[in-house]
Amino acid sequence: MADKEIDVIQNIYDENDKIALETKDNMGKRGVFVVNVMGAPGAGKTSSIISLIKGLADEKVYVIEGDIESDIDTVKLKELGIETIQINTNGACHLDAPTIKKSLTDLSLDKPGILFIENIGNLVCPAEFQIGEHIKMLICSAAEGSDKPYKYPLAFEKADIILLTKGDLKSFVDFDDEFFLKGIRALNKTVPVFEVNAKIGQGFEAAVAWISTRKNSAIK
Amino acid sequence: MHEFPVTEQIIKIAAEQAEKNNALKVTQINLVVGESSGFIGESIQMYFDIISEGTICKGAILKMENVKTKWKCPACDILYSRQPLSFACPNCGMDGLPTEIGREFYVQSIEIET
Ligand SMILES: Nc1nc2c(ncn2[C@@H]2O[C@H](COP(=O)(O)OP(=O)(O)O)[C@@H](O)[C@H]2O)c(=O)[nH]1
Ligand SMILES: [Mg+2]
Ligand SMILES: [Zn+2]
Repeated sequence: MADKEIDVIQNIYDENDKIALETKDNMGKRGVFVVNVMGAPGAGKTSSIISLIKGLADEKVYVIEGDIESDIDTVKLKELGIETIQINTNGACHLDAPTIKKSLTDLSLDKPGILFIENIGNLVCPAEFQIGEHIKMLICSAAEGSDKPYKYPLAFEKADIILLTKGDLKSFVDFDDEFFLKGIRALNKTVPVFEVNAKIGQGFEAAVAWISTRKNSAIK
Repeated sequence: MHEFPVTEQIIKIAAEQAEKNNALKVTQINLVVGESSGFIGESIQMYFDIISEGTICKGAILKMENVKTKWKCPACDILYSRQPLSFACPNCGMDGLPTEIGREFYVQSIEIET
């Protein structure tokens, strides 16, 4: 009976990250580009996905709905003829790599294309967990206020592309563009920010072009 | 909710190490938890007490070392804690850069009985 201390130094995310990288590789081999869509509840994640899909008309698109409110989003997407599955996250606050790996078996993935995964509406935890994505897309609405980068820095730091939705509501909420962008640039020197109106699908052309370019360089 | 799968992972890591070292029992798990890692100590402890039941980690003490988040000013080359709604360096006012300090989330060591 002896007490001993054993050094471990093992990252608790390691296993999640390992599975995420496997998923990313597997999807890449199938020619499927994976986009992890993050944002607060009501930011415009589903509306933006729909607008992007309309712009990506040549692509086969798949959607995994991880947001928990209801299956309204899934119904909406299916009505548009998009291959969509809803995963039941049982009150979790983010998606993780094992959950996505498991749910992928429910998609046909019969053609190369793009998979959008709508993460759970939350700006904290989803930023910490890779799920198998090639890129993270952050949806941020003007209605949430221009101080969001300062309150949720990790989400902005990790984002590969940011859509600023509800630009049409800016004047109602005294949105400060300069303060917003200053915060983003402190965290992330290169991320592109596209202002859109996701309600009417306006302003998505540049975002669509950016995603296509990224897809073509990620997937050979 | 967040802490549930994470706690499972902590127990898995500790149990693997314990077995490798022929432990009879894990008495303590020492974690390093950064302030920005988003994990809440009490919540991990609560799940730990439930999930560790029936494992070699049952009854172990979870000790958490917290680390404060730091930003780095590239001009002054100093580390600092930021003020709310600002990333500015307290010395020169320029916006600093995020660092990995405060994001730690790992098992530092375990204490075992052999
Ligand atoms: N005015 C305006 N409303 C928007 C915009 N984008 C989304 N909405 C509305 O915001 C609500 C939530 O959008 P939704 O896409 O479901 O958000 P999600 O919870 O992030 O998926 C819906 O009523 C949308 O019509 C926008 O750019 N402008
Ligand atoms: Mg939605
Ligand atoms: Zn400075």
